[in-house]
Amino acid sequence: MNGRLALVFAVALVALAALAFAPFYLGRYQIGLLIGLTGYVTLASAWALFSGPTRYVSLATVAFFGIGAYTVAALNEVLPYPLVLAAAAAIGLAVALVVGLSTLRLAGVYFVIFTFGLAELVRQLVTWYEVNVTGTLGRYIFMSFGPEQIYWQLLALMTITLLISWWIGRNRLGLALKVIGDDEVVATHCGIDIARTKLALFALSAVIITLVGAIQAPRWTYVEPGIVFNPTLSFLTLIMALLGGANRLWGPALGAVPLFLLFEWLSARFPDHYSIILGLLFILIVFVLPGGVAAFAERTFGQRKPDPQTYGAESALSRDTADARR
Amino acid sequence: MLEVFDLSLRYGKHLALDGVATNIERGETVVILGANGAGKSSLLKAIAGLVKPDKGVQIKLDGNPIAGLPPHLIPSMGIALVPEGRGVFGDLTVEQNLLLGAYSSRARSGEEARRRHVYELFPKLAERRRQTVNTMSGGEQQMVAIARALMSKPDYLMLDEPSLGLAPVVVTELFETLGRVRETGVALLIVEQNVRISLSVADRGYLMEAGRIVGEGTAAALRRNSAVQRAFLGMA
Repeated sequence: MNGRLALVFAVALVALAALAFAPFYLGRYQIGLLIGLTGYVTLASAWALFSGPTRYVSLATVAFFGIGAYTVAALNEVLPYPLVLAAAAAIGLAVALVVGLSTLRLAGVYFVIFTFGLAELVRQLVTWYEVNVTGTLGRYIFMSFGPEQIYWQLLALMTITLLISWWIGRNRLGLALKVIGDDEVVATHCGIDIARTKLALFALSAVIITLVGAIQAPRWTYVEPGIVFNPTLSFLTLIMALLGGANRLWGPALGAVPLFLLFEWLSARFPDHYSIILGLLFILIVFVLPGGVAAFAERTFGQRKPDPQTYGAESALSRDTADARR
Repeated sequence: MLEVFDLSLRYGKHLALDGVATNIERGETVVILGANGAGKSSLLKAIAGLVKPDKGVQIKLDGNPIAGLPPHLIPSMGIALVPEGRGVFGDLTVEQNLLLGAYSSRARSGEEARRRHVYELFPKLAERRRQTVNTMSGGEQQMVAIARALMSKPDYLMLDEPSLGLAPVVVTELFETLGRVRETGVALLIVEQNVRISLSVADRGYLMEAGRIVGEGTAAALRRNSAVQRAFLGMA
């Protein structure tokens, strides 16, 4: 087992090195693609970090992403860059804690609706502030570094995110998170402080998402609320994580890479029908692969037993039969 | 000693517990008997902190008030609950269930030794430590639930209807195991409808009716009690 782990780490390290050196061999367009790819892999993994095990479906991704991007837009000429990033992370954390404390008691669809509303609320607040206080709608971001630096920062953030997911997954905390999604009452009886655990994970996930927004912000040069608070980003992140499998370490990445490339191609090829195709794809994925590609592959090819920790009908079925047996 | 004084509990207008007083010594086995809706489960839930009692200091552990503590802190006081029905995490393996059972800081020290001890108590589970709990029989799942609760290093183990839905032969096996748990010095507070078998392991018992304690006594006395015989043991 340890030998296998070492091998996986070695392969991951080689892949990481290859990715890190990639900008030296690629053109601007390809580097742009890599930025988008790493960005979405990080977003989907960070989303799954919280939403995968707890099954709280969050549509607040763009709220935090936008907060990150807007913080950079507002502060890029005031503070040195590392401090701008720190400020973005701090604001993301503060918002996540407030939102988490007030909403994590909401269950199921109410949480989904709240998070969706939150993204809209933040966007309207920023717009209102810009119009009424600063008197402008739209800001410029001038940074002295090129796309390679953005890419490397995202790559580092992605690596950290995957390492955190991996660590939590093999930790008692990971199990605790899983069972919160299963049965909060029994989880409480084990001595798990459910509210605090959920809040901590929600905040961690939100800070990573905020940082993705902050790091990617200089790509735009010109930023306004309509751009950085575009709700499509929340849906894309969600569908990527679901396609790959939100309960697997590599699941979100597995969903993010092909979907990002597909969307990139679609938006270039069919700019007018892009949204329609996107909607159809969402429906298709939810119907055909409810547990994600990773779970599907394990079921089909692996000797591993089907993991009931999926969103699929199968798990509900197995739970019902288990109940019937009691 | 775990003591309950004058405990009242309401669900809306419904008075589930009405001035209940009980106590259980360390190492003792106490059974709470009563019909459906008598308030037995509510009593366990109140002790576990899952429902908030009406007011005042009504639950004490070794003289210290514990009523009103959030439920996740109760295990670290040495009180464990096997709730009715789902006491397990079905999607996890036996081993993972035990790992979560030892989640509280109280349970972390000596966890390895306790795991060995629990597997000695439940040799069947030791053979199946990597099996997903959903795929096990009802009786085995109940064993997992008890093993999970024991991993939290309880002084007091509360069981809510452990025999519910189990075949008679499995119930017998379950109570044999509870007898072994009892010998390790853990106090057991059992809510049961299966009066005959629960009185066979118990030292003492309480009778509950409509949210009140209406009788108490040693297990032997309760077996002879005419009300108990009429209501539960099918004797005229």
